[in-house]
Amino acid sequence: MIRTPEELHERVAACSACLNGKFEGAEGKRAVVLCGGTGCLSSNSKEIREKFAQVIHEKGLDDRVTVNQVGCFGFCSQGPFVKIFPEDTLYRMVKMEDVEEIVEKDLIGGEIVERLLYVDPVSGEKIQRQDDINFYKKQHRIALHGCGVIDPENINEALGSGAYQGLARALTMDRQEVINEVLAAGLRGRGGGGFPTGRKWQFAYNEKGDEKYVVCNGDEGDPGAFMDRSILEGNPLAVIEGMVIAGYAIGAKNGYFYVRAEYPVAVKRLRIAIKQATEEGLLGEHILGTDFSFNVHIRLGAGAFVCGEETALLNSIEGKRGMPRPRPPFPAVKGLWQSPTIVNNVETLACVPYILRNGAAEFAKYGTERSKGTKVFALGGKINNVGLVEVPMGTTLRELIYDIGGGIPNGKKFKAIQTGGPSGGCLTTEYLDEPIDFDNLVAKGSMMGSGGAIVMDEDNCMVDVAKFYMEFICDESCGKCTPCRIGTKRMLETLTKITEGKGTMQDLEDLKELVAATKNNSLCALGQTASNPIASTMTHFMDEYLAHIQDKKCPAHVCKNLMQYKIERDKCFGCGMCAKACPAGAISRTDYVAPGKKLAAMAIDPAKCVKCGACMSTCKFKAIIKE
Amino acid sequence: MAHLSESAVVKISEICQRYADENTPLMMILSDIQNEYGYIPLEVQELVSEKTGISVAEIYGVVTFYSFFSLKPKGKYVIGCCLGTACYVKGAGQVFDKFSEVLGIKGGETTEDGLFTLDALRCIGACGIAPAVSINGKVYPKVKVSDVPEIVASYRNA
Repeated sequence: MIRTPEELHERVAACSACLNGKFEGAEGKRAVVLCGGTGCLSSNSKEIREKFAQVIHEKGLDDRVTVNQVGCFGFCSQGPFVKIFPEDTLYRMVKMEDVEEIVEKDLIGGEIVERLLYVDPVSGEKIQRQDDINFYKKQHRIALHGCGVIDPENINEALGSGAYQGLARALTMDRQEVINEVLAAGLRGRGGGGFPTGRKWQFAYNEKGDEKYVVCNGDEGDPGAFMDRSILEGNPLAVIEGMVIAGYAIGAKNGYFYVRAEYPVAVKRLRIAIKQATEEGLLGEHILGTDFSFNVHIRLGAGAFVCGEETALLNSIEGKRGMPRPRPPFPAVKGLWQSPTIVNNVETLACVPYILRNGAAEFAKYGTERSKGTKVFALGGKINNVGLVEVPMGTTLRELIYDIGGGIPNGKKFKAIQTGGPSGGCLTTEYLDEPIDFDNLVAKGSMMGSGGAIVMDEDNCMVDVAKFYMEFICDESCGKCTPCRIGTKRMLETLTKITEGKGTMQDLEDLKELVAATKNNSLCALGQTASNPIASTMTHFMDEYLAHIQDKKCPAHVCKNLMQYKIERDKCFGCGMCAKACPAGAISRTDYVAPGKKLAAMAIDPAKCVKCGACMSTCKFKAIIKE
Repeated sequence: MAHLSESAVVKISEICQRYADENTPLMMILSDIQNEYGYIPLEVQELVSEKTGISVAEIYGVVTFYSFFSLKPKGKYVIGCCLGTACYVKGAGQVFDKFSEVLGIKGGETTEDGLFTLDALRCIGACGIAPAVSINGKVYPKVKVSDVPEIVASYRNA
């Protein structure tokens, strides 16, 4: 039990000595840590960890080597990761069959297993330490503090990495001073809106009333963004601490986590962290010997994107359909069960302990004029280094995509980066040197959103991408207000028509009208931003819309009705593999024998072709093309 | 309530009782029932209504609003194809179509033998290993169209 600030400091000192000892190899011990994030778990990191424990036991190394899991390393495309301390060697893409070799060679022989090191794609150099990899070099971790470092199921490691130091300081301050500190830090909501967090707190603080609530929005719905999941999986106590600080600041006694049901690992770790914190006296009555008491509860979502909208989320906690409420009154005035409530996103709350622990200035020194601190981005799509990166606000798209992301795979050309998910827009080559912050992205026709950043290359059809987002929104529109319910449906129908080659020039006019009507008249942010992907692709890629409508062609060869597979007869060796792979029997042999080839070339009958692409992936000679 | 077995009535009453101290626990009750039985038919909603005092109309409204809740039983294996953006731009649409073709069902449907349900998921946050497919919680990374028949067969023969 930790009852007083003094006891906390003693415990933290002991825990951090222990944690640092692990990293530095105190008493000649070595430590093996494995990534336990969702990405790596699906590549068997749990089984690999168990195998390490087993092999280490068999070799009689139990006294000298420890094995444990940590949260997400962020570099998901290279997982599963295994890190060895004190040398700080990072092995990547480790498989079950590599375990014995790592134990034999590295842990016993003291020799690095070179073939499992990360190889820089540009220089071809093998890199031993995480910090020397380009993907990590430009990162600065505030929200992701502790992720990939501490064991998220062990409160001692969280305490050792500085947990609860922010709250301990906050509790020595006046409530208004805490809010002032957050205001001074310039922290803005990381969930999409970018509203100043301190002002939200101030509104709730100003409200009279015995019952107030803090709600953590963990309903991360933006497809392609997974930073909230990783934070909850990697360092749940940091988010809990942020919530307790918020509770102290506004005068709340209860906090609710609303987490997607799709994130079972995050929910499990959050439950463990709450249980451990409660047992240690760090949650519950009289925290750190003060008069301040705070309890934390978990509520699960049930698969509705709109519940990421704060008033819909509150309705969902209240056991209702997750439909947004008209605002005002804002939640800070009338929120959960009609009491003053602040709703903060996971990443936002994860920044709060850092601000209180290190002071507002330490946070505000990163970033741009009006967007302070750092932001976590989920890099995905057609990019070499897929994963989570945390960079100071103001980093340029070029740095993000090329320096950190390692550029576009397979020598393809960059086409656009979609930020802000279904509410955002795409940014093209001409914006690569723009600094990323809340206001600049909006000015350039996109938005920050929750930090999803999906890279598209020349093989992606932007009309198809717009249709994809509209399908999503149409499915997820709650149906409460007409502009969103009907508007998204009509926009989807029009886009479908265009991608099927049935579009007319009038459709473009109709789209423009629908875009404006839905944007101006919808009740909540979901509807108001639903048309952004269309507006933005129409601005930057009108040529692609016109190609679909006027030429009946899909320049990227994605839309099935507007493309066909063709065998280039002079490249065809006549092996016949494509004909075997074709499920529709659309491929047959011709009479033509190409110069230098022995067998007659194959050909596709467009009337029979179902455009599944099986032939193209079977052909070893790259003789099949799309056109 | 004719269709509910004695044990189901006991279990569902117990689930309702579990959250008696919570403010507005409907979502938690329905989640537990969905996890326990795989679906929430009308008879069960009537029982929940009786136990909690919430009208059946309201409960039905909630059950049909959230995609996680289902009125019909799901298959023994629920195949969830992630169709989040990161997976989509890497070809998840074709993977989904292949599952649909192999199983002979559309998204949201269950095979006649009750073995498989095919669902389109909205981003499971496993973007680093796109396209991802989740089957009863086990996540398959970087699934290719050609992997699909084998994956289905591995469950069919299990």
